[in-house]
Amino acid sequence: MSIETTGLGALALVLIMAFVTLVTRWGGVYVMSFVPIGYRVRQFIGAMSGSVLVALLAPMALQGDNAARLALLTTAATMLLLKKPLPAIAAGVLAAALFRQF
Amino acid sequence: MIDVDNKLHEFDRHMVWVGFAKLAPISLFVAVFGAAFGLAATQAGLSDTVIVAMSTLVFAGASQFAALELWGPDVSLITLVITVFAINARHLLMGATLYPWLQHLPLAKRYGVMLVASDANWALSMQAFGSRQPGIGLLLGGGLAIWLSWVIGTWLGVLSGGAIQSPKALGLDMVMGCFLLAMVVGGDKNLRLLVIWIVAACASLLAYRFLPENSHVVVGAVAGGIAGTIWTESKHEH
Repeated sequence: MSIETTGLGALALVLIMAFVTLVTRWGGVYVMSFVPIGYRVRQFIGAMSGSVLVALLAPMALQGDNAARLALLTTAATMLLLKKPLPAIAAGVLAAALFRQF
Repeated sequence: MIDVDNKLHEFDRHMVWVGFAKLAPISLFVAVFGAAFGLAATQAGLSDTVIVAMSTLVFAGASQFAALELWGPDVSLITLVITVFAINARHLLMGATLYPWLQHLPLAKRYGVMLVASDANWALSMQAFGSRQPGIGLLLGGGLAIWLSWVIGTWLGVLSGGAIQSPKALGLDMVMGCFLLAMVVGGDKNLRLLVIWIVAACASLLAYRFLPENSHVVVGAVAGGIAGTIWTESKHEH
């Protein structure tokens, strides 16, 4: 089924997108309300929270260009050194920008 | 790691404001990306109203850019729904990871704060919970900062017709990645977590390579979670 993007059709598509995204924002919370949170489930959730980030970042590092890799490396190094996110992010972005200038 | 016995889920106006202020600097970059989206959407032929409505109501950048790829004289509903769901499925995991704290909130607040859940403010609030600090205020306040910048940025992008032609040359495409990495590196570190992250990274890369598009976040996160139930924290750790 297709929806035409003329007139109200486009707005309908936006509403559908908003609804689907809302389902993802609420769904995890809703499902968890039926799961008894025992020791194992807590371990699972705790381990998953960092893993979401790692799973987002891994392909970025591997498939990205050298500028992307350099940015991530710089951020990690600065973060380990200074333990402050803002300088670490700034350094990473700057590294990517400089790398792409040349 | 997860401590639900205390009052970490509580938040007030002040804590929301702290979250807003904490993510305000990052929000400037979000606004730039909003502008890039506004421009791209204009070029894809969407009307101004539709573009701003999309950023306001959907508030999920990656899926919005993907929707532009599908945009034409008509759009296949199933394809759009599957694409948006797959890209935003990581929100399911965010909600689940926040649940130990959200469960103490009344329903309206519990689902209300999730309206603005996105990568950056979720990561910030999880890092707070990880170090036994209250995190819901950061989630809500930070989320409002990001949402506001995303909408305003989109609107500026529509109006200006592309003041920033190439965010990539300025390294701006790396802001979110660097932010999320800083959150990972800034959190707890030990051998158990390192192993879990390696499992998550490998699973994510395998899924990225061999499974359908956009499945890698969910696959990697669940693999990491399973690893965490096999190698559990020693109960004497704290």
